[in-house]
Amino acid sequence: MKTTSAHIVVAGGGVAGMEAAGTLAEMGYRVTMIEKDDEPGGHLLQWHALFPDRRPADEVRNYLRKHIEQRNLSIITGTTVEKIRHHGSGVLVSLSGGTEEKADAVIVATGFDLFDARRKEEYGYGIYDNVITSAELEGMFNRGRVAKADGSVPARIGLIHCVGSRDEKVNNNHCSKVCCVTAVKQAIEIRKMLPSCEVFCFYMDMRMYGPYYEELYRESQEFHNVNFIRGKVSEASVNINNRLVIKVEDTLAGRPLKMELDIMVLMVGMEMAGAGMKLAESSGMKRGINRFLETADHHYGNNLSGIKGIFYAGTCTAPMNITDTISHARAAVAETVRYLNSR
Amino acid sequence: MSIAQSNKFGFTINRSRLIDYDSSDRKVREFITLKEPSFRLCFACGGCTATCTAGQHTSFNLRRMNTYIRRGEIEPLREEVKRCMLCGKCLLVCPRGVNTRNVVAAAADAIGKLERNEL
Repeated sequence: MKTTSAHIVVAGGGVAGMEAAGTLAEMGYRVTMIEKDDEPGGHLLQWHALFPDRRPADEVRNYLRKHIEQRNLSIITGTTVEKIRHHGSGVLVSLSGGTEEKADAVIVATGFDLFDARRKEEYGYGIYDNVITSAELEGMFNRGRVAKADGSVPARIGLIHCVGSRDEKVNNNHCSKVCCVTAVKQAIEIRKMLPSCEVFCFYMDMRMYGPYYEELYRESQEFHNVNFIRGKVSEASVNINNRLVIKVEDTLAGRPLKMELDIMVLMVGMEMAGAGMKLAESSGMKRGINRFLETADHHYGNNLSGIKGIFYAGTCTAPMNITDTISHARAAVAETVRYLNSR
Repeated sequence: MSIAQSNKFGFTINRSRLIDYDSSDRKVREFITLKEPSFRLCFACGGCTATCTAGQHTSFNLRRMNTYIRRGEIEPLREEVKRCMLCGKCLLVCPRGVNTRNVVAAAADAIGKLERNEL
């Protein structure tokens, strides 16, 4: 193989970055993966179990960790990619430490940030105890105990869909895709952990788009008594008994509804990562109106940046589940190799 | 069965509950859409109705009203629009950025015009 001496920088060490870097290294390329945190793994590090089959997140973490254990793959942690610019036939990649990496191509895999729930002030995150995010609930699953802030056992939990998604008020018109099925998964997990705790999902539309998602939704009704109310929660407050009170329209009954909750879980959506935005800004990469990276063609070129030698992988281009992220990263590798062979 | 017998069993003519889309009146919808184009953006989440003060005590339901207008069902509108106090809380909630207060004002306007044969 004539091009295996090529060096590729992967910006980001989450699911997309690990898959792309590992696959390229397997093919014999020299790869440098840059990760902003102390270890690779990205958001997956926080997760306890994955939809739709509720398999332990560790299984996928272990696969990815093994995948990047290769001698021609080096990892630089605690570092971000600041700028990519052309240099001869390749690129020069500036890192946050002030150093530079010479490379033949770059795969951008800077991922997403979770929506900051404080921006939906009417839900009281950061103001009321017991308003938590879906990521924090996952942390409770990791610790094996779902409890209120005072340590008591909740009798009723509400999961609020579309927090920071499909909402013009926070400048996010896009759907984050994965929160509906995450809510159903988490609802089932709560019911299994605390069989006497009632669970309600407040949704606008149930978007069960992936294989076995709809089946999981059905399972949640058939075997776990999860309740679903169609309506967007408009606000939350706390009553004299220190319980949360939410207001919503039960749109299927056609009447406003109020309900007391012990814990309110905000299903926070995905936004373009801040680090990725800075990189896009400095390196001339286009972004769409949803602020994610704009690809050259969203049907047949969605790993292409339109800039020579720069390719995209994963949720820096759009919200994605893990399955699609891994596929997208492999496709980015295919595009990168095609580019290197055509030079 | 004689007519007398059939009356005993309550066979009377009921008004149809069908939304007869082919004979419904969409002039009101067209008028409101023209006056407040954001009306088209509603995706029926019910956030407006959840926060609505009038809706806690009366049958007023902006989310349902929007659907009625879209389907050309004008009859229920006449009473509904009178219940809104135009406080505009719904406007703060709407995730689609619909100018909900303007929709109600335009609907009231349309009803008036309809009655004066001006629509």
